Amino acid sequence: MSGIRVLAGTRKGAFILTSDGKRKNWEVSGPHFAGWEIYHLKGSPADPNRLYCSQTSGWFGQIIQRSDDGGKTWHQPGTPPGEPLTAPDGSPKGESNKFVYDTSPETGKPLTTHQWYDGTQHPWEFKRVWHLEPSLKDPDTVYAGIEDAGLFRSADGGKSWHELAGLRGHGTGPKWQPGAGGMCLHTILLDPRENGRMFIAISAAGAFRTDDGGKSWRPINRGLVSEYIPDPKAEVGHCVHRIALHRSRPETLFMQKHWDVMRSDDAGDNWREVSGNLPTDFGFVIDVHAHEPETIYVVPIKSDSEHFPLEGKLRVYRSRSGGNEWEPLTKGLPQSNCYVNVLRDAMAVDALDPCGVYFGTTGGQVYASADAGDNWAPIVRDLPAVLSVEVQTLP
Amino acid sequence: MIRVVLPPHLRTLAKVDGELRLEVEGEVTLRSVLDALETRYPMLRGTIRDHGTLQRRPFLRFFACEEDLSHQPPDAPLPAAVASGAEPFFIVGAIAGG
Repeated sequence: MSGIRVLAGTRKGAFILTSDGKRKNWEVSGPHFAGWEIYHLKGSPADPNRLYCSQTSGWFGQIIQRSDDGGKTWHQPGTPPGEPLTAPDGSPKGESNKFVYDTSPETGKPLTTHQWYDGTQHPWEFKRVWHLEPSLKDPDTVYAGIEDAGLFRSADGGKSWHELAGLRGHGTGPKWQPGAGGMCLHTILLDPRENGRMFIAISAAGAFRTDDGGKSWRPINRGLVSEYIPDPKAEVGHCVHRIALHRSRPETLFMQKHWDVMRSDDAGDNWREVSGNLPTDFGFVIDVHAHEPETIYVVPIKSDSEHFPLEGKLRVYRSRSGGNEWEPLTKGLPQSNCYVNVLRDAMAVDALDPCGVYFGTTGGQVYASADAGDNWAPIVRDLPAVLSVEVQTLP
Repeated sequence: MIRVVLPPHLRTLAKVDGELRLEVEGEVTLRSVLDALETRYPMLRGTIRDHGTLQRRPFLRFFACEEDLSHQPPDAPLPAAVASGAEPFFIVGAIAGG
C-alpha cells in the first residue's frame, strides 16, 4: 500500500507526518531545526528520499538543509554527515546558505534596485528562501525562490547556488515592490513537458514565464486588474498570492490574487476572473485536484487586513468546473470561533485515489481530507504556526 | 588560543557544545577572529556576517571583557585578555521576536 508523507514548515521548526494509504493514523516526527522558521521543505519527484528544507532566522540568516533518507537525518549540502568540514584543498564545505545576486551586465553593476514600501528605490538585499522546487527529473537540481525576489538554481544538491539573473534583469525589476510579507518569489511551477518552460510569481510584482529554461523572462499579467495600484492593468505590480497547474494540462493556470481568483488557458498570456459565487475572492492558497484538472480548491479569507475566515468559519471552497461555481466544504472543519489563516504555500494534494487534500493553519493545525475535500479531520494540532505544507505520495 | 561563545542556534549548526577554542594567526581583531571561526566552522559563513558585505548581521552583537565591541572597526585589536584567552569573545543574539 502506498504511503503518504506530509512535510510541514512552521514558525519554530519542521514536522514530518506519515501515514499509510488509508490516511487515518499519522505519526509525527519533529521538530526538526527547532526554533528556526522553516519557510518551506519539499521532496524531489525523482527521489522521494531527497528532501530540501529552507531554515531561516532573523538573527542568523538562511541555511539550506538536505535529507537523503526521507527526513530521518539532515545535513547542510557540502558537509555530508561524518565527513570532514573542509575539502582536501582546504576549501570550506557547507556553503548551502550562499545566495549572492548576479552582478553581470544583465542585471546591472552595482546591483539594481526595486521599489520600497515608500515608493523610493531600494537596493536588492537577500533575506531568505521562501520556496524550494526540486527538478522533476534530477534530484541534485533544485530551484529557490528568494526575498528580495530572485530565482536561484543549484545543480549540486543544494551546495552552491547561482541566480537565473534574466528574471530580475529583464526590464521591469525597478517597478517590483514588496507586499506586506516582503518582496518574495514564492511560487515556482515547472512544466512537466520538459520544454524549458517555468512559471514564477512574486509579491507584489506578478507572474512571469520563461520558455528557455530561465534565460529570458516576460511578465504574464494581462487580464489582471488591481484597483489598489496607480494603473490597475499595469504590466507588473499585481499582488499574486499563488499560482497552480495540473500536470496533465500545464497550459491552464489558476491564480489566487490579492483579490480575485483567476484562470488562464494559454500559459498565462491572458487571464480571466473565475471568482464566481465565492463569499470573498481574497485568499492565499490555491491548488488543483491530482486527477481532475478542472477541480480546484481555495480558502477564502476576510478582506486584505483581517486575514481570517468569514464569520469565524473555516471553509475550503471547491470548484469542479474550473472556477465560477464554488461549493463550501465544512465537514470536520471548525464552524465557529475560528480565526486562523492559511498561508500561500500551506496547501497540497496527494496522488492517491481518491485524492487527498491537506492544508495547515496559523493556529498550528494540519487538516487532511482523504476524499477530495468532502470530509476533513486534523491530523496534528497545536504545532507552531504553519507556513507551508507539501505532500509526498510514496510507492 | 581564543575562546569564543556562540548563541545556542549557532552551536547547534556548528555541532559544538559550550565554548570554542580557536587558533588565530597574527593580530587578534574582529576580522581575524571571525575569519578563523568561519574557516574552522564553514557552516557558520553567512550567519554572523553577510556573505557579500561582511557586515555584522543586525540582530547580533559582539562582547568581551564587559565591553560592547560590536561597532569596533574590523581591524582594530581586540582586548589583550581576549587575545591571550583569559576572557572569551561573546557573539550574542538580540532578545527580540516571538
